Amino acid sequence: MNTLFDKIWDAHVVQNVEDGPTQLYIDRLYCHEVTSPQAFEGMRQRGLKCLRPDQIFCMPDHNTPTHDQDKPIEDPVSKTQVDTLAKNAADFGLTHFGMMDDKNGIIHVVGPERGLSLPGMTIVCGDSHTSTHGAVGAVAFGIGTSEVEMVMASQCILQQKPKSMRINVEGQLKWGVTAKDIALYLMSKLTTSGATGYFVEYAGSAVRNLSMEGRLTLCNLSIEMGARGGFIAPDEKTFAYLKGREYAPKGEEWDKAVEYWKTLKSGDDAVFDKELTFQAEDIEPMITYGTNPGMGMGINEAVPTLDSIDEAGQASFIKSLDYMGFQPGEKLLGKKVDYVFLGACTNGRIEDFRMFTYLVKGKKKADGVTAWLVPGSWMVSKQIHEEGLDRVLEAAGFEIRQPGCSACLAMNDDKIPAGKLSVSTSNRNFEGRQGPGARTILASPLTAAAAAITGVITDPRVFMKENQN
Amino acid sequence: MKQKFDIIQSTCVPLPLENVDTDQIIPARFLKATTRDEKFFGDNLFRDWRFDKEGNPKPDFVLNDPTYGGEILVAGKNFGSGSSREHAAWAIAGYGFRVVISSFFADIHKNNELNNFVLPVVVSEEFLAELFASIKADPKMEVKVDVPNQTVTNLATGRSEHFDINGYKKYCLMNALDDIDFLLENKDKIEAYEQSR
Repeated sequence: MNTLFDKIWDAHVVQNVEDGPTQLYIDRLYCHEVTSPQAFEGMRQRGLKCLRPDQIFCMPDHNTPTHDQDKPIEDPVSKTQVDTLAKNAADFGLTHFGMMDDKNGIIHVVGPERGLSLPGMTIVCGDSHTSTHGAVGAVAFGIGTSEVEMVMASQCILQQKPKSMRINVEGQLKWGVTAKDIALYLMSKLTTSGATGYFVEYAGSAVRNLSMEGRLTLCNLSIEMGARGGFIAPDEKTFAYLKGREYAPKGEEWDKAVEYWKTLKSGDDAVFDKELTFQAEDIEPMITYGTNPGMGMGINEAVPTLDSIDEAGQASFIKSLDYMGFQPGEKLLGKKVDYVFLGACTNGRIEDFRMFTYLVKGKKKADGVTAWLVPGSWMVSKQIHEEGLDRVLEAAGFEIRQPGCSACLAMNDDKIPAGKLSVSTSNRNFEGRQGPGARTILASPLTAAAAAITGVITDPRVFMKENQN
Repeated sequence: MKQKFDIIQSTCVPLPLENVDTDQIIPARFLKATTRDEKFFGDNLFRDWRFDKEGNPKPDFVLNDPTYGGEILVAGKNFGSGSSREHAAWAIAGYGFRVVISSFFADIHKNNELNNFVLPVVVSEEFLAELFASIKADPKMEVKVDVPNQTVTNLATGRSEHFDINGYKKYCLMNALDDIDFLLENKDKIEAYEQSR
């Protein structure tokens, strides 16, 4: 009761269907090329137009190659899907940021950075990482393609109101611990289903102290605990981030908006269905050892032993370690790494590139490591160049690619080969996620950078100390 | 596919693994289709568990074991976690499953199943464990899912449980109606809401 989630949800209720879901009004629908074609097809079959085309924004990101984007996509099936989005957007009168458009990038990076995602909004997309946009203080969640079609047709969606959860992270993060580590830590405590059925509000001093980029990373990973979405009440940091962005309100409209946004917080008397508190100082740089994001541990810890897993979960645990090629009870420090991936809607923002660059500055990429550094958008790419990060990275033996989802789910050419071990800043370590047979360790940009220069799993703090002296 | 639900009685396919994610149900490389061809997705259901690199069936995977079959998939807890891809629900429907039984479903996938006329039935951990044991003991045993009465029954042991589904969705399933039909009927309410903002 009286939570920020209630306030935003209630402000968007069109009606509560008797003995059924809520008909919820949606402010913003984002469409990418993978989960929208069948929705457009459905609209055509029903003979419908989009009810509010100016509230829908489309851009390809999953299939886009990360090189030679000025040339046609080589894979004909990927090309068809990307071309289909452009045609659908044109046919239905929707805004489309195509490949090579300077506004293109991963949808969850572009939305906030262009000021399209704003506090108090309801935002949906046929993509589970839509929770990212919660970082600006919006109720944002992933939906299926049938639901995308619902929103196109009616600017509404039918949803059961989820339960509310507040997760407080209090205190000061240890040096070398990032927003990604907070998220991996929470998943390791809650498991991948611990927040299913809930919408999460992140709070506490450690969350407040995160930059906007850090908040976007944290909210991005809400789905990996099973939560439909996660968000952070907007504050001065949010307003400063959004001010002047292309689609954010301007002038008087801005002042009016900020006045309203300042009311967007949970009441002192707010009651959550569940409330959890964690201490920031307990969090170490985290890595995963298994095939779901909840299978994580501090980088210096050992993989759990079989007897610590409950009986119903043992078959999955053994299957998972078999796939990864790890033994129960072993430490992963020093394991040879083949690939490093920096990017994705999780860690493809400017701050992530700053962190990675800070760690590798003056060093050399290890022989035998293939590193893919993929900015989340053209805007991020431009900023990398303006700040001179690209020159530092090049000197250390790294090259910057062109923006897109890339090796996070390997729908383009960026596939990790079977059996190879990848340290990845993305969001999922599922079997085959980065390519059939690929093995993924999820980690922060700092931990990924440490692996890239040593060629093995390494605690990034070793280098941070060195750099500080 | 829109189809009316009433009572379904069938043998089951057991998948006693937890946290089966949608990347396993249908890997990302099969998401490049631009049409909703359920047969294509069904043919690739659990692709990398079901077939080797050359496309040969892996004999130890349950879908390749002729002992098991039927319209009901029984899976370990937290079924359908991860990606929101509705292609996973299309694959399950396309393969011919009409019901998935588990002790826990991921939210988005659960909605996707319902929107594709596949019924997710949530049962207790005990019911699920007993059901896996019953199937193991007799692969020809059947389960009865009674949608009007919202009950699921293990016919080998007679154990029965009530399952939840809201009245609106139950009506939709029993009458083969989808949410867009409903929303289009409520356009006046949408416009009234927009004007009230």
